Amino acid sequence: MSSRQGRPTAPGDAEVRESETFTGNRGLQIEEPLIFEVGGIDTTGVDLPEAPQVAARLGPLERKGQIGLPGLSEPETMRHYVRLSQKNFGIDTGAFPLGSCTMKHNPRLNERMVRLAGFGDIHPLQPLSTVPGAVALISELSHWLIELTGMPAIAMTPKAGAHGELCGMMAIKAALAARGESRSVVLVPESAHGTNPATAALLGYRIEAIPARKDGTVDPEEVAKRLSTDVAAIMLTNPNTCGLFERDVVAIADAVHAAGAYFYADGANFNAIVGKVRPGDLGVDAMHINLHKTFSTPHGGGGPGAGPVALSAALAPFMPVPYVVADRDGLRLIEHAGSTHSAPGAGVPSPLVGEGQGGGDSRTSKGGVPPTPNHSPQGGGESARRSGRGAVTFEVGAQSFGRMCAFHGQMGMFVRAMAYMLSHGADGLRQASEDAVLNANYVRAQLSDLMSLPFGDRPCMHEVLFDDRWLEGTGITTLDFAKAMIDEGFHPMTVYFPLVVHGAMLIEPTESESKQSLDQLIASLRGLAEAAKAGDAARFTDAPRFAPRRRLDETRAAREPKLRWTPPMPHKEAAE
Amino acid sequence: MRYLPLTDADRKAMLAKIGVADIDALFADVPPDKRVNGRLDLPNAKGELEVERQLGRLAALNTPAGSVPFFVGAGAYIHHVPATVDHLIQRSEFLTSYTPYQPEIAQGTLQYLYEFQTQVAQLTGMEVANASMYDGSTAAAEAVLMAHRITRRQKAVLAGNLHPHYRETIETIARMAGHEVVALPPAPAGREDLAGQIGADVSCVVVQTPDFYGHLHDLGALAEKAHAAGALLIAVFTEAVALGLVQAPGAMGADIVAGEGQSIGNALSFGGPYVGLLATRQKFVRQMPGRLCGETVDKEGRRGFVLTLSTREQHIRREKATSNICTSSGLCVLAFTIHLSLLGEAGLRRLARINHANAVQLAGLLAEVPGVEVLNETFFNEVTIRVPGNAADVIENLAAKGVLGGVPVSRLEPGRPELADLIVVAATEVNTDEDRAAYARALREVL
Repeated sequence: MSSRQGRPTAPGDAEVRESETFTGNRGLQIEEPLIFEVGGIDTTGVDLPEAPQVAARLGPLERKGQIGLPGLSEPETMRHYVRLSQKNFGIDTGAFPLGSCTMKHNPRLNERMVRLAGFGDIHPLQPLSTVPGAVALISELSHWLIELTGMPAIAMTPKAGAHGELCGMMAIKAALAARGESRSVVLVPESAHGTNPATAALLGYRIEAIPARKDGTVDPEEVAKRLSTDVAAIMLTNPNTCGLFERDVVAIADAVHAAGAYFYADGANFNAIVGKVRPGDLGVDAMHINLHKTFSTPHGGGGPGAGPVALSAALAPFMPVPYVVADRDGLRLIEHAGSTHSAPGAGVPSPLVGEGQGGGDSRTSKGGVPPTPNHSPQGGGESARRSGRGAVTFEVGAQSFGRMCAFHGQMGMFVRAMAYMLSHGADGLRQASEDAVLNANYVRAQLSDLMSLPFGDRPCMHEVLFDDRWLEGTGITTLDFAKAMIDEGFHPMTVYFPLVVHGAMLIEPTESESKQSLDQLIASLRGLAEAAKAGDAARFTDAPRFAPRRRLDETRAAREPKLRWTPPMPHKEAAE
Repeated sequence: MRYLPLTDADRKAMLAKIGVADIDALFADVPPDKRVNGRLDLPNAKGELEVERQLGRLAALNTPAGSVPFFVGAGAYIHHVPATVDHLIQRSEFLTSYTPYQPEIAQGTLQYLYEFQTQVAQLTGMEVANASMYDGSTAAAEAVLMAHRITRRQKAVLAGNLHPHYRETIETIARMAGHEVVALPPAPAGREDLAGQIGADVSCVVVQTPDFYGHLHDLGALAEKAHAAGALLIAVFTEAVALGLVQAPGAMGADIVAGEGQSIGNALSFGGPYVGLLATRQKFVRQMPGRLCGETVDKEGRRGFVLTLSTREQHIRREKATSNICTSSGLCVLAFTIHLSLLGEAGLRRLARINHANAVQLAGLLAEVPGVEVLNETFFNEVTIRVPGNAADVIENLAAKGVLGGVPVSRLEPGRPELADLIVVAATEVNTDEDRAAYARALREVL
């Protein structure tokens, strides 16, 4: 996460200095040109046979002229991208405490599993009789997500968090329409991710902001003041973007429901509470789950993500197609809205759990189709659910709002998330949440004497938020401080987000950091903080000094956008 | 648990440092009556071997493309991906990095995004491309919204031969946002009158080439008609390899191009993750959704790259953003751009020719099967055939004989009995002479 509030975007006095080496390289830091500057129009790194001679069936539409795509041989390709990779900081490089982004370890087992031919090389439209394992995997993952969220149904197709938000909000809009209502306002706390208001606005809603109270949480009274028959929903992140659990969340949910509105939860921070508390038990109607955050499918330099959405019984009938149902015939993928099917919830044995399991019975595998929406972790719902003979009070997808994208969702991410969840198990997932919270609080406890906490020195969840009051008078900004962290060998924390705090620094260590690693991070941050207070401003305003690039001129990039390499390749005949 | 480095001793020491008695003290804000307290109906942790066994068992239930004669397309295509691609995208520094918000330590990601944007612009014949959307269908839906913003009109006209999933994706967001969509009925023979639908209230015409049924279309005349009415032409494709051989949409007057990039560098993976390509004219760039990478210089004057024009985006503009998109398709972009760098122009052209030739050969063989009709005059690597009887049954019967013979149109258009005898059949470089012969033989047997 990042934003531009108060953020200098141009470097200071441009100091063009001579290259220290003849090549411009600096040891392992090797300058790499663009492929357009090194590739050849006739060069290819793929050996293909001659195309068979046939009478072409392209009509008059064969491409004329050159495309302008350079090619590289295989060794050149390898070197080009390896050198590029070496200009990147990843989780495997070092501590990456980027708040709100959950940069946790990405197990390579997940990568191996997704590359099994039976997952990677199956087509979304090949006969369903040839992909029962794929449908079962979606169903099994749904089952885990249902269990962890305490919500009765999961829409699996959304492709990332923001797409999940769109899914949840469309379900809400559809549910209101089914009630004959058209409400126009969505309440969004000021601390929310930008995607929340952007999503609601996409659907034509007017956004009404809710200010945070002094302790950084949402005041149920402020919500109540704004509720009316014109409010469709509240979009609330919990734990919120200040790293705090919304302690009045149940009261807020009750008030929202009493007003006939719905409770959308942004699940970006679900990783703090997995196995500890279930959103469904807090009154949530819809919540997306960022599989690429909480369940460690990799971020990959900006995606791909996956954003399945947990839905309450009230919203489940409106979920998008396709979805998996379990009935007497086994698992079925329902691909069209308006398809009729009952949701009897007969327990279907999962192919995954043939043998005895520790920790619990996961034999029921129902992709979004439990027999009862009143499931509680301890209550009678459990046995009803297991036996599969509970009363059916809703039909998943019966009034589906339609399709959100081609095909069935981010299967590659589902496999990775499933491998991650199976590896952790219920006990490991809970431990991961606890360790994430523990690590954040450990950082908080050891920096609170030097850096300022906007909402007082109280426990946080999985991330700790500082503001920039402690930098007052130093001439150093939050951005400068972040850039100095780069020189120390860390990825900076999230800066200038959330917007409710001035010069925000949001630190999320995740459970993947060892105590030794945290101690090193803390020592470095303390050293920097002391240097800042001691007036060593150049260390910060000059930073980064040791990265592949010094500070980049973002103002220039935006003022004269250069978004592609030019000019095009010199025109000459292609190879064939 | 192998992914969690803290030891119990660490935890104890850390809790002491924090000054709390136990971990639950840190969860004090969670209402006590709502806590899970250890009861979850899920199994406990497993070792790597056991997870491999369990997931391997599920994977083994599926029939992968490489194991049978395989002709399934209709929006996703099996192509050979060089080993180099898969190795490079698993480099730690690519796989485990974040969106490049700290450009000084993300030049690797930023440079490949810049290269990708240029490649997509060249391939589509457009001036500028963004750093990707989720997939082709959502790129198409975003293209429509973008056209609405540019023209300040809110009605889209969709070709009947647009991929049905793309049509439905566009219709869903239109219905929810209160916009209008006119979708023409499918025209499997390949001819439809879109120009007649372009009134003064139309913001855009969305047309796919090669279309869902495989036909190629010259968009030139349609683009002129659209422009004369103040509307934009949105060109869609689902098979990026086609652009190695067929006319680029930019050369035919398209204003926005939205396509699926899966078939270059990316696995089928049962439908995702894929990579949406979105390209347009320079003058529309500020109405574009998604991330854009731009060139600039650093403090020492060295070339570098940053995410730019962020004032279009949700993390800056919130409810006034051009889209709500945040995470897009980073690693799939990387796979696409590496594969395309390996291919180069020469390799892509040859790959496209092989695909086309294989499809021509397959179409010829299938047309000789009694009762089978090939509907296409023009095509790239995909054709539509009409079979006697129910196409879905034919496909199932073929599968029983070990041939995955394509997609029955009824799978995507169940409400249209007039399409129930149609199959969309794709051929790519992975198919051999034997595969094609096996298909024709099996088809004879099941008909």
